[in-house]
Amino acid sequence: MLATIRADSVNIALLVHVLGAMLLVGTLVAAVAAVVLSRTGTGATLQRISFRALLYGAVPAFIVMRVGAEWVKSKEHAPDDVAWIGVGYGVSDFSLLFLIVATVLAGLALRRVNRQPDNPGALGTVAAAIVSLLILGYGIAIWAMTTKPT
Amino acid sequence: MSRRGVGAEGYSRARVTRYDWLLFLHVLSAFAIVGSVVVFTVVLLAARGADGAAALRLVPLARRLWDVGGAGTIVLGIWLAIDLDQYGVFDGWVIGAIVLWAVAAFAGFRLGTSLSEGDGGGAGLPYAVMTVAVAALLVVMIYKPGA
Repeated sequence: MLATIRADSVNIALLVHVLGAMLLVGTLVAAVAAVVLSRTGTGATLQRISFRALLYGAVPAFIVMRVGAEWVKSKEHAPDDVAWIGVGYGVSDFSLLFLIVATVLAGLALRRVNRQPDNPGALGTVAAAIVSLLILGYGIAIWAMTTKPT
Repeated sequence: MSRRGVGAEGYSRARVTRYDWLLFLHVLSAFAIVGSVVVFTVVLLAARGADGAAALRLVPLARRLWDVGGAGTIVLGIWLAIDLDQYGVFDGWVIGAIVLWAVAAFAGFRLGTSLSEGDGGGAGLPYAVMTVAVAALLVVMIYKPGA
């Protein structure tokens, strides 16, 4: 197996990218867990935690992850036609849309549960389902980023 | 550090190898560790306000993420170090990473235990130690000083 030494100038960009990705996935996991637990009591509080995790955690982390990705790509002069880069961009682009939708739905779910604590509705569950799909998608992206398949 | 052959365009066309799978699972475990830190952060931030009691229900998740991520990173990391000719378990940066992992593991255990017992006041120090150790681990893993 041939080895390649990554240039030191890429390391800081990669650190930003990986840290952003890890914080993004972590906040998504926290958000989903909060919604799931909100079904068994203390609904409004956990819905609030879920919404805040998405708004103040996941969205900024996404930006950090994406800026880091562009930074790495510019440093490494990576071509666009490599499959694993395509997977990363594909997942990233679609996930931003779904992340925004999930955050809005989580906010609406919080507003509803504040107004009608006994009837929280399904918005929070839908948001959690979308976030779960995002986590799955990021899992695929992590696989593509690390294994770099043809 | 990439272990792939480099073609004319800078990236290899090799198929996925055992090393790739080990690295993927190692990185996935690292995601679980950072996820644990994030969930602990959410719990502690919420505990500062009126949401504390409800947020404590997230503590078991944070502990399980740490258990899985911690075990995965150390086992797969050592496996990778043994498996690769370029690295050894006794390389300086690998030993440094193992020490940082141990510090983070101890602090994470203390943090989880403290929060599970409802002692939020005693969580500050282990949380800070765990967060700094995990951040340092990430820096060591990417920069691989001395490698």
